[in-house]
Amino acid sequence: MWGRIWEIVRKEFYQTFRDPRSRALLFGPPLLQLIIFGYAVNMDVDHARTAWLDMDRTPQSRELLAAFELSRYFRITAIARNDREIQDLMDRGSIHVAVRVLPGFARDIANGEAAPVQILVDGTNSNTAAIISGYATRAVAVYESAIASDPQTAPIVSSPAEGGGPAPAVIRAPRAQSRVWFNPDLKSRDYFVPGVIVNIIALVTIMLTAMSIVREKEIGTMEQLMVTPIRPLELILGKLLPFAIAGVLEMVLVVAAAILIFETPLRGSIPALLGGTMLFLFSTLGVGLFLSTISATQQQAMMSSFLFFLPAILLSGFAFPIRNMPVPVQYLTYLNPLRYFMQIVRNLFLKGVGITALSQEMIALALFGAAVLGLSAVRFRRKLD
Amino acid sequence: MNWKRTRALARKEFLHILRDPRSLAMALALPLVMILLFGYALTLDVDRIPTVVYDADRTPESRELISYFQGSRYFNVLGEAGDYETIEKGIDTDALALALVIPRDYGRDLLSGRGPQIQLLFDGSDSNTASIALGYADGILQSFGAAIRTRMQDAAGGSRRWARLDARLRVLYNSELKSKNYLVPGLIALVLMIIGALMTSLTLSREWEMGTMEQLLSTPLRPAEIALGKMSAYFVLGVVDMLLTIAAGVAIFRVPMRGSYVFLIATGCLFLIGSLFWGILISAMTRSQLFAYQLAMLTSFLPAFLLSGFVFAIENMPVPVQITTYLFPTRYFITVLKDIFLRGSGMEAASLEVLLLAAYALMVFLVVVKRLEQKVA
Repeated sequence: MWGRIWEIVRKEFYQTFRDPRSRALLFGPPLLQLIIFGYAVNMDVDHARTAWLDMDRTPQSRELLAAFELSRYFRITAIARNDREIQDLMDRGSIHVAVRVLPGFARDIANGEAAPVQILVDGTNSNTAAIISGYATRAVAVYESAIASDPQTAPIVSSPAEGGGPAPAVIRAPRAQSRVWFNPDLKSRDYFVPGVIVNIIALVTIMLTAMSIVREKEIGTMEQLMVTPIRPLELILGKLLPFAIAGVLEMVLVVAAAILIFETPLRGSIPALLGGTMLFLFSTLGVGLFLSTISATQQQAMMSSFLFFLPAILLSGFAFPIRNMPVPVQYLTYLNPLRYFMQIVRNLFLKGVGITALSQEMIALALFGAAVLGLSAVRFRRKLD
Repeated sequence: MNWKRTRALARKEFLHILRDPRSLAMALALPLVMILLFGYALTLDVDRIPTVVYDADRTPESRELISYFQGSRYFNVLGEAGDYETIEKGIDTDALALALVIPRDYGRDLLSGRGPQIQLLFDGSDSNTASIALGYADGILQSFGAAIRTRMQDAAGGSRRWARLDARLRVLYNSELKSKNYLVPGLIALVLMIIGALMTSLTLSREWEMGTMEQLLSTPLRPAEIALGKMSAYFVLGVVDMLLTIAAGVAIFRVPMRGSYVFLIATGCLFLIGSLFWGILISAMTRSQLFAYQLAMLTSFLPAFLLSGFVFAIENMPVPVQITTYLFPTRYFITVLKDIFLRGSGMEAASLEVLLLAAYALMVFLVVVKRLEQKVA
């Protein structure tokens, strides 16, 4: 039995590695994908293009401008003279945000009235808009606390407050000391690159398995294989083993590239990462095998892989956080092997957690893999008979 | 160019698709699955951030601050933590994304005007959620500070006033900040790319693999006729998918559509034709479907997903990558789509993009014809 499996494995390896082009085919696209993905997938907002409309023209309004200029999140690219210009810049998409300092800004500060500043944000990209709004609020707050502690504007003589004691000269809002764990610079690349790895491994192994098995059916060589003394289970093992090996090699390659090219920190243990990968491959090879049993042509295999892969990746928490999804959909994601592998890879890269914190995900992957692989093998066998 | 011959080949391709109801069903299901996901399940909007509070102060002042967080729809205060270890464990197991720590002297410092410190601990591994949460937390602290100041002023009998700013935030074009409003329009490009380039990329390579390409080439069909005949069936499929996506997006998911439908569909057809020719070109260059698929994936779907501004803003990418995005037509099409849907711009604002899409389609068509001529020779 092992002899026959070995022959199939050898045949597959010959087929895949026979010429430089098919060798390149196996390892080139994943690397290219990592590079494209790694550079493109980025949600950081720096240097938002800002238009400034100063209707007050006082030292105070210029100080506020300086506060925005100091923040690395804003870049003043236009000084507008009127609202029309701002509307125009917004419509053409040449600015992200416009700040309007209304007339009477300095006077209101001096009188202790609420001094009006209006911030207009382009909401086309809602994510960028939410981040920019936060930064703008902060820039205004920085200036506000500066003037609140400025002796010229802050009241000096205190009058009796409630309880008869002296009222504080200055009232300061609580100051937050914000500390961000695991990724203090809030670089989204460190978050996304591990997710990209999951993407690539899933896409390559599912699609390759499904399409190459269907290929034998489509060009008629499956019949030839079936007249040989090989048994269905041996055929399955012989077909899947090369892909499993290729999958692990690809993982090593892509992880190494991520560390070398993108300097993504890998804080967890490498054996845990490899162990998780092998468990995950059971699932993807199983899905690939299953898709091959329901497809007659490679075009069908490709379309079915897509119909599986797209929802699976989108519901894995890769770019869209799972906890923002509607609750029924959140339950649905528990059936998604990519969800577990995503958590394993991300937590190993970013948080460096131990294997105990990930045991649940590992067990889920093992169960899912065994179930899918078993079911597909049974189906594949039935189809052959 | 002979229309009769082209029609005959187109008929053959139509029959191919119609005889394969599985592929047809999948091609029609794909846009619906995608729009269901993007319209219903997927959102980048950050709210209900799971938060715990570690209140070491336990004064009315600290409880008031906590109530501000409880009252915000952006934070979901799950409960109290008694120490840092609980917080750490919660963040490690992804149960928490934020911890608010109030130190012992908080209430006293606030009343005496010393500017109390509090601590916010974020799980930064999801950097996007963390930066948005950071902004929301700042906003809460600011409104809390303003409320305290107003109260102190009132207590002082209105005779004394403190300087304060009143920042009013307004969001244009997508005032509810719903991510689906900017994702669903881009989805049209993605769906057209899958039908246009991915599906067609396998058509000619399949003929090569099965050995029927020689037969096709030995017929009197000219290269331009092969290209047009092969793509026509997929063109119809693509248009149906586009209409489905638009209808579902506008009618079911209520994405605002502010521009002209005629302009939208016309630009979509232009983009679809360019992608179809691109798929045929790949197909003409490769003799194995697996290779054709890999090539199509790398040159059509991935750029459409990543290098187009669909989810990830182009201006945040490194400059060399930004330059690369100009090579792929999806970039122009997505710009037009978002302009039509959200800004309601018309032909004038998007004329350059439309021109580029047309030029791209024509150019790829000419290359396909050239390539097939070489094969015939």
